Amino acid sequence: MRASVLATAGAVLVLAGCGPAAPSTSDSGKAGGGVTVFAAASLTEAFARLGEDFEAANPGTEVKFNFAASSALAQQLNQGAPADVFASAAPANMKQVTDTGAITDTPTTFVRNKLAIAVPKGNPGKITALADFAVADRKIALCAEQVPCGAASRKVFDAAKVTPAPDTLEQDVKAVLTKVALGEVDGALVYRTDVRAAGEKVEGIDFAEADQAVNDYPIAPVAKARNAAAAKAFVAFVLSARGRSVLGQAGFVLP
Amino acid sequence: MTLRAELRVTRGNFTLDLDLTIAPGEVVALLGPNGAGKSTALRALAGLLPLTSGRITAGESTWDSPESFVPPEKRPIGVVFQDYLLFAHLSALENVAFGLRARGTRRAEARAEAARWLDRVGLAGHARARPRSLSGGQAQRVALARALATGPSLLLLDEPLAALDASTRLQVRSELGRHLADFGGHTLLVTHDPLDAMVLADRLVILEDGRAVQQGPPAVVARQPRTDYVANLVGLNFYRGTASGTAVDLDGGGSLTIPAPVDGPVHVVFPPTAVSLHPRRPTGSPRNAWPVTVAAIEQHAHTTRVRLDGVPAVLADITTATLAELRLRPGDELWAAVKATETHTYPI
Amino acid sequence: MTRHRARGRLPVVLALPAFIGLAFLLVPLAGLLVRAPWGSLAGQLFNAEVGQALRLSLICASLATVLCLLLGIPLAWLLARSGLPGRGFLRALVTVPLVLPPVVGGVALLLVLGRRGLIGQHLDAWFGISLPFTTAGVVVAEAFVAMPFLVISVEGALRAADPRFEEAAATLGASRWLTFRRVTLPSVLPGVVAGGVLCWARALGEFGATITFAGNFPGETTTMPLAVYLALETDPDAAIVLSIVLLLVSVGVLAGLRDRWISGPT
Repeated sequence: MRASVLATAGAVLVLAGCGPAAPSTSDSGKAGGGVTVFAAASLTEAFARLGEDFEAANPGTEVKFNFAASSALAQQLNQGAPADVFASAAPANMKQVTDTGAITDTPTTFVRNKLAIAVPKGNPGKITALADFAVADRKIALCAEQVPCGAASRKVFDAAKVTPAPDTLEQDVKAVLTKVALGEVDGALVYRTDVRAAGEKVEGIDFAEADQAVNDYPIAPVAKARNAAAAKAFVAFVLSARGRSVLGQAGFVLP
Repeated sequence: MTLRAELRVTRGNFTLDLDLTIAPGEVVALLGPNGAGKSTALRALAGLLPLTSGRITAGESTWDSPESFVPPEKRPIGVVFQDYLLFAHLSALENVAFGLRARGTRRAEARAEAARWLDRVGLAGHARARPRSLSGGQAQRVALARALATGPSLLLLDEPLAALDASTRLQVRSELGRHLADFGGHTLLVTHDPLDAMVLADRLVILEDGRAVQQGPPAVVARQPRTDYVANLVGLNFYRGTASGTAVDLDGGGSLTIPAPVDGPVHVVFPPTAVSLHPRRPTGSPRNAWPVTVAAIEQHAHTTRVRLDGVPAVLADITTATLAELRLRPGDELWAAVKATETHTYPI
Repeated sequence: MTRHRARGRLPVVLALPAFIGLAFLLVPLAGLLVRAPWGSLAGQLFNAEVGQALRLSLICASLATVLCLLLGIPLAWLLARSGLPGRGFLRALVTVPLVLPPVVGGVALLLVLGRRGLIGQHLDAWFGISLPFTTAGVVVAEAFVAMPFLVISVEGALRAADPRFEEAAATLGASRWLTFRRVTLPSVLPGVVAGGVLCWARALGEFGATITFAGNFPGETTTMPLAVYLALETDPDAAIVLSIVLLLVSVGVLAGLRDRWISGPT
């Protein structure tokens, strides 16, 4: 809950141009040093854990994260923001960055995510399926279509032939989750991982149409990484058995 | 209906302890130096400052007592403040109508009454003017009209002429005197200017350090001051002493000869103009003469005031001709002389 | 000799930081204008969704300002004039929404006025009133964030105003309420107007508390800043155009108000 608020606040701050401090360049070349990871907001909890594990496995290394909407991160990267690794929640956002040459390596899909219905603890709105989202007197939160989780929601509703009646179209999935956790809405569509991260305040319901909008998460080191060695090491760590284990526990589907 | 006030207010180290009675139609001036408690007394009467103890009654009604307190807006008062405090966002007419409107008079009626008052103070042509565009004298008259328009039973004037320049002051003072003469209620005028008090008031109350030190009609106070402050205000040489026949031994040293024999503690006064200065001991007619030293020389409009050290110390007003003749400078040694017949003696 | 000449001029120690400060404020705006796709500006201006968001923004910011005036002026009076103990502490508390990240402010509002909030649950149960996801919720969120600007401005004006005018009104028979309306309020009007303008401007640009508390739904709660944010996700050019529209409208309104109310001797 607190993490989700902070993530949202972080997204706003980053948008306002106050990104995290650049890692010091004096570290580059050394085996350890700092590595700055730009990661999709939905990776917040899993990557935070991975970061600690990575630091433990590589003494002297410090991992800094910038969690925000993938689209915002892609824009920051294209504007020359100092980052070593980009982990996007959507191939489209990764493509925006590879198109400009800010990333030259071929991105690797490291996890997949799919949507789940999220309801407050106890499911007060008695929501069991996507069809319940069409009922006007239930409070429903969805992601705005401009952001990836909104686009995915649109796909699954189309597949289910349901016209949802949302009360709010949130700017990112964490904001949606906040509304569910506080009980302000009866139901929402978020990623499975978000349900897992939200703890016991939120219950998740899987549904078949979710397979129509499986989201690939690509990761790649940034071309002008200040700490190229550490960047590659971090990507490798994410793809390792240890990384897969942590990501799997967070609710991601492993490729 | 007589206004009776026992004003007891304690604020920090200062205590006001003043009994005041004002008859209908009477103008009482409260005269005293800065910090004497004049404003405190006025604010207590207005209800802007509750009494610590004592009471204020107007006829049958009690305004302030240990049991009850009537707030200012419920008292039948009018106040002219020192800097008038006209409401800057309202026209002269709206300022005068304000009190009437606040007391429930209907708008049209209040405006008509306010217009009559502006006419009475000679400002009919300035009804729509904002206070900022009025001269000092005009603003004072608007303030007076505003205070009188509600028909108060008690009119309180706080240094009403202090903000005016000398020439305006003379004219406004005489106008104010006319309006006060027409006013049937009780008037309290607070001032530190003796001339305002003498001209406008029926009775003076001299306040020093929170207490009344002297009161009476202006002519009596002017002739028989009882404190140095009052003597200084009315411009008299003032001494305390013990009389024995026509000789008075002064408390501060020295002695004076008076024309008529009395016995016991007395005040002796004489005006500075009664003092003549001589380079040598004067001879001739029965007069008081004693050696003095020039301490200071002050030039006034038509006379020169000389402050003289000696036993006793004395003030002398001399003409410019005498000044030229004596070529006075501080430190010069002279003889001061006063005819016994110029002195005025009255018991303490 | 230079000293003599310098008297008529702006001293360099002031002028230099002043111009840097001005540039600091204006250059980012210039950046927006330079990058703007002017060709599509007209199209966006007459776009129904933009019009809807703009209208909603103006209405909500104005209603929020009215709400701030109704509650903020008495609050400012309380802070400036009453003998309330602990006023200094209260004054500090009033500025909390200024330092709180707006998103956190929005969450705080949800916790209190939300459907499950401390007060909100009773509003919902007893009156069927639910503020989140409604236009009223937008007004509440904007007022929450903007009110300190009004309170601080009006309180400063009240503290600077001479209380003796209120005494004069009392001696003329005016009740406390009449005195406040006819004497105090007019004398602090410039402060009220300045505070109201700040308040309105802040409300107009409000994003974090609004989207958190009131959510985002076109026609109901999507104000211009929310529309700008979402447009930025897919179409940065459109976001710039929307920003410029918001900028032009707000500058126009503020400049109009300034000429009418704020200039001149006060």
